Amino acid sequence: MMFPAEHLLYLSALLFSVGMMVMIVKQNTIMMLLGIELLLNAANLNLVAFNQLHPGLLTGQMFALFVIVVAVSEAAIGLAIVLRVYKYYQTSVPGEVNELKD
Amino acid sequence: MNAHAIIFYFLETLAAVSAIGILFTRNVFYGALLLITCLLAIAGLFIFLNAEFIAVTQILIYAGGVVVLIIFGVMLTAKISGKPLVVKNQNWLPAVAAGLFFFGLLLKLFSEATFASNSHTVTSQYTFINQIGILLMTDYMFAFEVAGILLLIALIGAAVVASTFQPSKKAS
Repeated sequence: MMFPAEHLLYLSALLFSVGMMVMIVKQNTIMMLLGIELLLNAANLNLVAFNQLHPGLLTGQMFALFVIVVAVSEAAIGLAIVLRVYKYYQTSVPGEVNELKD
Repeated sequence: MNAHAIIFYFLETLAAVSAIGILFTRNVFYGALLLITCLLAIAGLFIFLNAEFIAVTQILIYAGGVVVLIIFGVMLTAKISGKPLVVKNQNWLPAVAAGLFFFGLLLKLFSEATFASNSHTVTSQYTFINQIGILLMTDYMFAFEVAGILLLIALIGAAVVASTFQPSKKAS
């Protein structure tokens, strides 16, 4: 059965806005990574929802698959950088990391 | 309002509520758990959209991989200082302004647009998973290989960046 695609688009709009607000509001690098994951999932939801409008094609689903791959790479590298910065500066507040090298 | 519709809208509500919960929680660990809830609800929505393979990939990679990685990150960064991670929230005014503006813009765009759809439903004798496997090895071969190389680079890069190994300095 087909569900109206508009509801999924509204949900993805909400997820994207909330992810953006999380990235702005939170003063912690790991929480900002959570926000980025929300943004990527909103995009994925849109891709799959539009794929449903064209039942013969699978282009949207393939694109969503590669978006997931890139999101995983981004999360791994981002957390590695967060750990490295935490070991060096002893902080995970992005505003306090304000010098290149001492 | 049959059972399918009830489950569908329940999953949508769950995803929305848990995403908003991430915005208001002060604890990074709770944030990661709420992210798992949101991602599993989205995976359930993918099953309703005939994207079973994407749903399983979402559960395996996000709930099994990314969130576990994030929880590891939380525990590793909490261990050094010894105090619990409580996140400060700042910049509420610009964040809410930007978020509500963007949300309203997207809602206006989505409600006004009419998307062309093939109304006739194609019922293939293959499942979508079968088609995805064939497509990955034919049309999307290059992208598939590039994705593999990207994952290898990310693996090595993350290990090198996060490692504490110091190359031994040459005796001078």
